[in-house]
Amino acid sequence: MSQGKSKDVISITVEFSGGLEMLFSNQRKHILSIPTKDESGEASNVAFLVRYLCEDVMQDNRRELFVLDDTVRPGILVLINDADWQLEGEDKYEIQGGDNIHFLSTLHGG
Amino acid sequence: MPPSLCALCKTSRAFILRPKDHQKLCKPCFISVFETEIHHTITSNNLFHRGERIAIGASGGKDSTVLASVLKTLNERYNYGVELILLSIDEGIKGYRDDSLETVKRNAKQYDMPLMIVGYDELYGWTMDQVVEQVGKKGNCTYCGVFRRQALDRGAAKLGVKHVVTGHNADDVAETVLMNLLRGDLPRLSRTTSIVTSTPSAVSSPDSPSHTNIKRSKPLKYAYEKEIVLYAYHKSLDYFSTECIYSPEAFRGSARALIKNLERVRPSAILDIVRSGEDMARLVPGGNEACSNGCSGQTALPEEEEGGCGSSNGRSAGGEMASMEHQLAQNDIATEVGLEIEITSSSLNGQQSGKKKDPDAVQLVNGKKGRRLKGPAQTPRKTARQTMGQCKRCGYLSSQEICKACVLLEGLNKNRPKNNIEVSSYAPEQEHGHMNNATNAMQKLQLGVD
Ligand SMILES: [Zn+2]
Ligand SMILES: [Zn+2]
Repeated sequence: MSQGKSKDVISITVEFSGGLEMLFSNQRKHILSIPTKDESGEASNVAFLVRYLCEDVMQDNRRELFVLDDTVRPGILVLINDADWQLEGEDKYEIQGGDNIHFLSTLHGG
Repeated sequence: MPPSLCALCKTSRAFILRPKDHQKLCKPCFISVFETEIHHTITSNNLFHRGERIAIGASGGKDSTVLASVLKTLNERYNYGVELILLSIDEGIKGYRDDSLETVKRNAKQYDMPLMIVGYDELYGWTMDQVVEQVGKKGNCTYCGVFRRQALDRGAAKLGVKHVVTGHNADDVAETVLMNLLRGDLPRLSRTTSIVTSTPSAVSSPDSPSHTNIKRSKPLKYAYEKEIVLYAYHKSLDYFSTECIYSPEAFRGSARALIKNLERVRPSAILDIVRSGEDMARLVPGGNEACSNGCSGQTALPEEEEGGCGSSNGRSAGGEMASMEHQLAQNDIATEVGLEIEITSSSLNGQQSGKKKDPDAVQLVNGKKGRRLKGPAQTPRKTARQTMGQCKRCGYLSSQEICKACVLLEGLNKNRPKNNIEVSSYAPEQEHGHMNNATNAMQKLQLGVD
C-alpha cells in the first residue's frame, strides 16, 4: 500500500495510548516519515495514515482492534495536534509535516 | 479548515467536541464544565453528606483515577467536607495487578489521599493464585466473581467506611441497560440504573459498620467515557490501561461495540439509553428491588457492571457486588420489603434536567424510590434484615445460612478440588470474557506450561 520509500515524505509523530500501544510494539510514540501522497496521488490524509500504520507499522496481526470497516475502530479517539479529529475533518484531514496524530483508546481497563 | 473557537469563552481555540451536545470547547472550559456536571450529579442526588468518609474504589484505571481527581477537586472547591480514601483490592494474581497497584500508589501521593490495599488473602485467606492452584483452570471464575463481589464491601468495612464510590460511567450504564434489555431482564435493568445502591442492613445498623451496610454510588454515571478519557488526557492524569482486550465474542463486548458504534453515528445515544433505562426502571413492577427470575447466580456478577477488563477492581468490585446475594434474597422475601434501597424516580427527574433539584432525592437512606425518605424510618429495614438474614459465618447479606463466598471458602479449606456451585443460567464464558482473559493470562503466569 505504501508507495515504497519515495523521497517525498513528511515527518510526523504518531502516538498510541490507552492500551493501543500494545499493538504497536508497546511503543507509545513513533516518529514516522510517511509519503506526502497516497496511493492515488492525493495528499495523504488520516485515512491513508491509518492504512499505512496497518501495513507498515503494526506488528500485531489483530488489526481489527485498531481498524473496523476501513476506519478507526469506534471507541478509539483520534487527536490531531490535541484537537478532536471531528473538529478537523476526521479521516479527510490532510496531514501536514510536524503533525502529532494521537490514537487514544477508551476501550481498555477501568 | 480554520480552527473553531470555544463555544463558552469564545476566545480560545476549541479542542474538544462534546458527545452529548456537540458543543466545541477549549481545554480549560471543558475541564471546568466536566467538573461542574459531576458536582451537579453529586448535589442533585445528595450523594454525599458532610463529615462522611468515602472510599473510592481505585483500580488505577482511567475511571477511578478521574473519579479520585475530580472528587478531590470538588471537595476542595465546594467544601463538601467529606474525607476521601482510596481503596484497592489485590486479588493476589502475581504479575497481574502490580502495575495498576503501583499506579494507585502514585495516585495516593498525587491526590494526597490515604490508600488502603486489601488483599484476597486478608479477606478470604486465599489469593487467587492459590485458588487457581487448587481448583485448576475451570471454575476459578466462580471464585473470583464471588470474592470480588464482596471485596470492596469487606475492604470498606475494614476501614470503617460506609460509602464506596465507583467509577462507573455513562457508557457502562448504557451497556448494562442494553444487555439487560437484550436478555429481557427488566428487573435487573431497573436495578442497575440506580445511581445509589445499598442494602437493608445499611439502615438497620448504622453504627456498627459491617460489610453488609455499605452504600455504593456512581458519581460518573452521566459522564461519557470519551470525556473521562479526555479529562484524564488534558489534565495529564496518571492512569493505567490494562493489557487485556475485549473479547469480541463476549456478549458484553458486543453490547459495548454496539454502544460505541451508535455513539459515532449519534453521540447523544449513550445518555439517551441511560435515561431510557431510568424511565423503564420506573415502569418495572416492584422495579428497583425485585429481581424475581433466574438472575441469581453467576450472571448477576458485578462484571456486568464493569464494562472494563476484569482488572479494574474499582469498577468491578464496586458495581453491584452484592447483587447475587440480593437476588437470592429477593427470591425469598416479599416485594414490599425494600431490598435494595435505591434512588430512582425522584432523583432521576432531578438528574434529567440536570438543574432541577428534588428535595426528596436525598441520599440513600430508606424507602423505595425516595418517597419515604423524609424520616429515618428504619423499622422496615429491621424486618428486612431478619427476613433475609446474614451469613452465619461472615455476616454478609445472604438469603442462605452461609453465603456463597463462605461456601466456596469452606470447599477450598476442605481441600476439595472443585466446588460445585454452578450458579449460572446464562453461559458464564460468554459474559466473562474479560475475566476469562484475565484468569487465563493469570493461569499462564501461574501454571506455566503443562
Ligand atoms: Zn473556552
Ligand atoms: Zn459468608
